[in-house]
Amino acid sequence: MSSTARELIPPESREPEGASAKRGRTRKARGGRVRRLSGRDKVVLSLMVGIPTLIELTLVWLPMLMSVGLSFTRWNGLDLGDIRPAGLDNYQYISQDYPPFWPAVQHNMLWLLFLALVATPLGLLLAVLLDQNIRGSKIYQSIFFAPVMLSLALIGIIWQLFYQRDNGLLNFLLGTAGTPQAVDWFGDSSVNIWAAMVAATWRHAGYVMLLYLAGLKGVDPSLKEAAAIDGANGYQTFFRVVFPAMRPINIVIVVITIIESLRAFDVVYVINRGTNGLEMLSALVIQNLVGEGQVIGVGSALAVVLLVISLVPIVFYLSRTFGKENKA
Amino acid sequence: MAAQFDASAAAYPTRRTILKTVGVGAAGLAGIPFLAACTGGSGPSATGSDSPGLTFGSGSSDDVPKRAYQAVTDAFTAKTGKTVTTNVVPHNDFQNKINSYLQGSPDDTFTWFAGYRMQYYAGKGLLAPIDDVWESIGANYSDALKKASTGPDGKLYFVPNYNYPWGFFYRKSLWAEKGYEVPETFDALKALATKMKADGIIPIGFADKDGWPAMGTFDYVNMRLNGYQFHVDLCAHKESWDQQKVSAVFDTWSELLPFQDPAALGQTWQDAAKALEAKKTGMYLLGSFVTQQFTDPAVLADIEFFAFPEIAMEGRDAVEAPIDGLLLSKKGGENKAARDFLAFLGTAEAQDAYAAVDSSNIATAKGTDTSKFTPLNKTCADTIANAKYISQFFDRDALPAMANNVMIPALQSFIKDGKMDVKNLEAQAKTLYAAQ
Amino acid sequence: MSTTAARAGRPATDTAARSGSRPKRHYGTHIFLTVMAVMWLVPLGWSVFTALRPVASTNEHGYFSLAGAFNFDNFIQAWSQGGFATYFWNSVIITVPAVLVTLFLASLMAFAVSRVNWKFNITLLIMFTAGNLLPPQVLAAPLFEMAKHFEVPYSFSDSGNMLNTYIVVIAVNTAFQMGFCTFVLSNYMKALSSDLTEAALVDGAGIWRQYREIILPLCRPAFAALGTLQVIFIYNDYFWPLLFIQSGNRLPITTAINNLQGQFLNNYNLLAAGAVITVIPTLVIYLLLQRQFVAGLTLGSSKG
Repeated sequence: MSSTARELIPPESREPEGASAKRGRTRKARGGRVRRLSGRDKVVLSLMVGIPTLIELTLVWLPMLMSVGLSFTRWNGLDLGDIRPAGLDNYQYISQDYPPFWPAVQHNMLWLLFLALVATPLGLLLAVLLDQNIRGSKIYQSIFFAPVMLSLALIGIIWQLFYQRDNGLLNFLLGTAGTPQAVDWFGDSSVNIWAAMVAATWRHAGYVMLLYLAGLKGVDPSLKEAAAIDGANGYQTFFRVVFPAMRPINIVIVVITIIESLRAFDVVYVINRGTNGLEMLSALVIQNLVGEGQVIGVGSALAVVLLVISLVPIVFYLSRTFGKENKA
Repeated sequence: MAAQFDASAAAYPTRRTILKTVGVGAAGLAGIPFLAACTGGSGPSATGSDSPGLTFGSGSSDDVPKRAYQAVTDAFTAKTGKTVTTNVVPHNDFQNKINSYLQGSPDDTFTWFAGYRMQYYAGKGLLAPIDDVWESIGANYSDALKKASTGPDGKLYFVPNYNYPWGFFYRKSLWAEKGYEVPETFDALKALATKMKADGIIPIGFADKDGWPAMGTFDYVNMRLNGYQFHVDLCAHKESWDQQKVSAVFDTWSELLPFQDPAALGQTWQDAAKALEAKKTGMYLLGSFVTQQFTDPAVLADIEFFAFPEIAMEGRDAVEAPIDGLLLSKKGGENKAARDFLAFLGTAEAQDAYAAVDSSNIATAKGTDTSKFTPLNKTCADTIANAKYISQFFDRDALPAMANNVMIPALQSFIKDGKMDVKNLEAQAKTLYAAQ
Repeated sequence: MSTTAARAGRPATDTAARSGSRPKRHYGTHIFLTVMAVMWLVPLGWSVFTALRPVASTNEHGYFSLAGAFNFDNFIQAWSQGGFATYFWNSVIITVPAVLVTLFLASLMAFAVSRVNWKFNITLLIMFTAGNLLPPQVLAAPLFEMAKHFEVPYSFSDSGNMLNTYIVVIAVNTAFQMGFCTFVLSNYMKALSSDLTEAALVDGAGIWRQYREIILPLCRPAFAALGTLQVIFIYNDYFWPLLFIQSGNRLPITTAINNLQGQFLNNYNLLAAGAVITVIPTLVIYLLLQRQFVAGLTLGSSKG
């Protein structure tokens, strides 16, 4: 656990240092000698596990299966009796005939690359710079972290005021406000995806910065000193010693970046409902589900595509996280 | 994982006490939202006969139509004593979410449109038939309007409020100043636009950020090129999109594209109306509701209208004149006050109350007061009255999914690069119409 | 990444070389950070600036000048015209129960999983964590249809089904956030010394008493951290209310803000004021409870 987490545990309840390993072993050794649970205890336990699990199953996993199922049907969403099987038609439709599909996939990939190559390194940079206990680092931290407080929908609106063609600050700073050269940052389909990604970076970088700050605090300073003694310069210390030591954080960052890029729904929806250059898979799903033209089969097929793509980082994260636990 | 122990034990108890107190307080206050959530979800629906009022969902969120409907509900309350709770939702959002709105808990009555867009929901059983209401107001309407209010099962569902023609609006003074004349043919229109461009004005105002306004141009070019019947059949997908006739529409339109406002995709129709007012554009193809945006009476008096020029067929016989009105949701069908409200709207009295505030449209009921008609109103009313064929607008004549999911992005990309893949339109149409 | 390395390298060398006894000169770093901080504050600052200027002032002097009056007119107008009071109350109705139920259920689950050795522990944790990471749009259609076809009496919900109710939004938010909270709480509980529960077992305390009287009080800090986090997450949630709630006046503030765009249209001053009003609660929570919020994020993200 990070230091901040540790310090939240009252000292009297904290495990003494180094006890965790012992506890693991002792627990296993004691496993056989734990007092049998009473009947009442068993009931309570099953309720404690059962209720949350039931909720999770019905509201998350069952719908997921239903999404997959519905993607093979033709339905307009109104009458249950109207559901008709459609085989792979929906998938064929979205891959061949549905114009926004491939642009949306491209945009999702672009979003991911942007977050991974611009936002995340920026966050890392900020974290490294702020880790040095310079004056005012708390203020800097608060500033950089503030956008994480805001919902992405609100960020979309705030940046609209900034990007507005005639009255937005950006065009004023560029000197083009009110002139015909003024770029409509959110309206012009050749630039609006970049504009939206910058807005998302505003938030993502702060989030990454925070996680890395926590991670950097957790790195043993003796490692850095040892590297310095060995004659390593700044670059080498950072990349060969510090960075690899933050492996758990790095995994989390990777997963979060991928998940955030797949979730990029709020921002684009608030701007123009995910059309005209801002097509994203998640917005397309909703267009076919909640919009006026409800085509459940196509929407579900899109949702399944999104699901399959999302499962990659999820499985990666789970195998790393829980794989270690199994070995431990 | 390496952990660092922070010697913050000393600070700990203080934080704990604070959290404890906050926690207790929060727990107490938390009870309230729980209760609110339980009751908030419910709301006794006023079933049966004499209910004290009704709920009215309105998508007319712009200032002028909002006040106009307010005048109508006020008049109704004054007359019958029943209260009307109006819920206004922004126009585009209201239309966009109509599907889930009707399946959730819709208001008793709500603003909507005639055309297939209404019949579609009637066919799905989401609306309440109002044959009894039409018993009392049937005499107020022409046969054409009655037909437009009928659902697929032959029952009546819709009460028309007003309609308005789509056409070119322009500022008289600007045209007089520059010596422009009203074009009768498509070639004349192009010539005029060329002249305007040379004069440094954007010839044709255009705004398609919302996606639907561009359909007006499509509809007219299609009707003028291929005739009214073909247009109607195409909307109903009785004709294929993948044919020469449809390609011809886009080829013809691409001759107009250079004259239409290049910033179209970034602006709403309200923005383009402002541009017309500011004399930055020469003319603007839109419905007569465009005048709602002109608050200056001097400007209002300066606005004139001409119908879309003829191209190849049927002269200017076909007019696009959508009809707006009210529908009753399934649940509202059980509310007598709601039925009374609909009956009220079908009278000249109510429509006069509406038109007194919003004079941009033409009332549909017979016997409404036309004395206050401006010359522009008269032109619009005559255009509709003299039209041989009336279309509703693409997104009201065609399947909602076709209009929203296919045409809007297709037209937006056409505006951008001037190319249209009609084969793809047909492929999409086939899937979507089959999915219904 | 080379610029990153360059900037990261310089200060790091400083640290390594001078071992912190003399005050460091970090001019380069400071300049860079200040520039970034200013850039960071610009969007929000612009909104606040625009919001403070009445429309008359911007019509006359334009949006970019400092001339003209500065007052809170826009805020007052946005508040009343925008119906913010209703929307905020709706946000409370959704957020408070959702957070409480989520934390409660997550703590139950975490306790069971961490204190009692089960074969299925890992499987359950995996299931919960994965559920939290899914994009919500994947589940939108089935959840919508499930809510629509779940008939309830009219006295409970005026739609006759679960659409347009707060309960369904609360339930779905709970299901989605439970995974993260369970994961964090289970790690936290595992780190608590097991001597405590051993003592309780010797005393003859049942599972429920162990949970309620021993573990729960000890988890208060984690609850505070997670609670802060969850309040902000659920308050900021845009999607579920968008999907389930159709009546305009039942929307929570974050989703309603989209309606305001349609309502205030070209009145950017009002829109800016509305946006700032929406931001204020989160900023207040952030400033007061920053520590908790940060702890919550790092608790969950770094695996203990």
